Amino acid sequence: MTIYVNGKKTLLGTGTNTIMTLIEYFELNPKVVIVERNKDIVAKENYESTILEKGDHIELVHFVGGG
Amino acid sequence: MNDRYSRQELFSPIGKEGQTQIQQSHVLIIGAGALGTALAESLTRAGIGKLTIVDRDYVEWSNLQRQQLYSESDARDRIPKAAAAKKRLQDINSEVEVVSHVMDVSIEEMEQLIVGVDLILDATDNFDTRLLINDISQKANIPWIYGACVGSYGLSFTIIPGKTPCLQCLLEHIPLGGMTCDTAGIISPTVQIVVANQVTEALKLLTRNLTALRGSLYSFDLWLNSSSSISVDKMKKDDCPSCGKTPSYPYLDKSNLTKTAVLCGRNTVQIRPATNTSLNLETLAVQLKPYGQVSKNQYLLSLTKGEYRLVFFTDGRVLIHGTKDIAEAKKLYYQFVG
Repeated sequence: MTIYVNGKKTLLGTGTNTIMTLIEYFELNPKVVIVERNKDIVAKENYESTILEKGDHIELVHFVGGG
Repeated sequence: MNDRYSRQELFSPIGKEGQTQIQQSHVLIIGAGALGTALAESLTRAGIGKLTIVDRDYVEWSNLQRQQLYSESDARDRIPKAAAAKKRLQDINSEVEVVSHVMDVSIEEMEQLIVGVDLILDATDNFDTRLLINDISQKANIPWIYGACVGSYGLSFTIIPGKTPCLQCLLEHIPLGGMTCDTAGIISPTVQIVVANQVTEALKLLTRNLTALRGSLYSFDLWLNSSSSISVDKMKKDDCPSCGKTPSYPYLDKSNLTKTAVLCGRNTVQIRPATNTSLNLETLAVQLKPYGQVSKNQYLLSLTKGEYRLVFFTDGRVLIHGTKDIAEAKKLYYQFVG
């Protein structure tokens, strides 16, 4: 399945089908990630239950401390 | 007098009026590392009226690759960053009033630093100080601009009290044990993009071009050629302890600060995070491996680095053996726990 992550076309493997598995795919800590799916913020408690669909536009922002 | 600001005045959203506003403004920059030096240089060249820059650290050789106000002599002589920055800034523009403080910023220092300040720019390397900035910004009604970067990734967000969500709204958990520039490295263009965003937002705010503000959380990865802009307005929480209807400003309360204590007779400093947290020792072991000798058991992880030994506990506490100096211990701590 192909989706768009931060504007980039991304081909997902079969195991990556929810917001949570997508976060894991990018090796990010779900606690410090803000996710937008098709212009709507996804609540953290819905990361596991939100199923990705073909053509989804996902924005993933994670917080870092450096500066 | 001369035309040093003429090109900035020709830019129509700023104009002569905007330039006057910039010259009447006071900006506080917390941190004089990569972000802080680049922010300070831009604003100094732009003709800011007064600039206060604060840092607890001194210049080291590993800073010179990206911390643009420093030179070899500063690293050789271990000049405090705030002092070295001020000297260079005054060479660049003697018209700007530059105030520098070599200090570790905590609650009391912050309350004094913000007097008369129009805008706070975040150039720190840790979330403890950012959450302190976040609370004081809300309490004193001063906007601030979050900026951070590591590797080729960076992000920024402008926080305006009463309008936008605050950092506390966006962060349900304090990122701890994440990547830092001392573990994952950093390339200088990443710094420049974050700074370009922070300074542009600052110029908009200071010249009252409020409708031009970005209004979203911006992030990018220069190496992966990706970027993202998320509207986070809906994340503003009415019950937020920092910006909600009945704020308690938790990070202005001493009992919630990260605690440091010198352990008696042990040449050791203990650092305890402000909030309950849990460190994943497996992940930490992988991250820290390149920096020294790592060993761990189910309760703790030990990193030996030169004359120091850092012991990380799963509850977030860290013992730093080999020093009694709290500032030195904090510096080591933030190198490994962002």
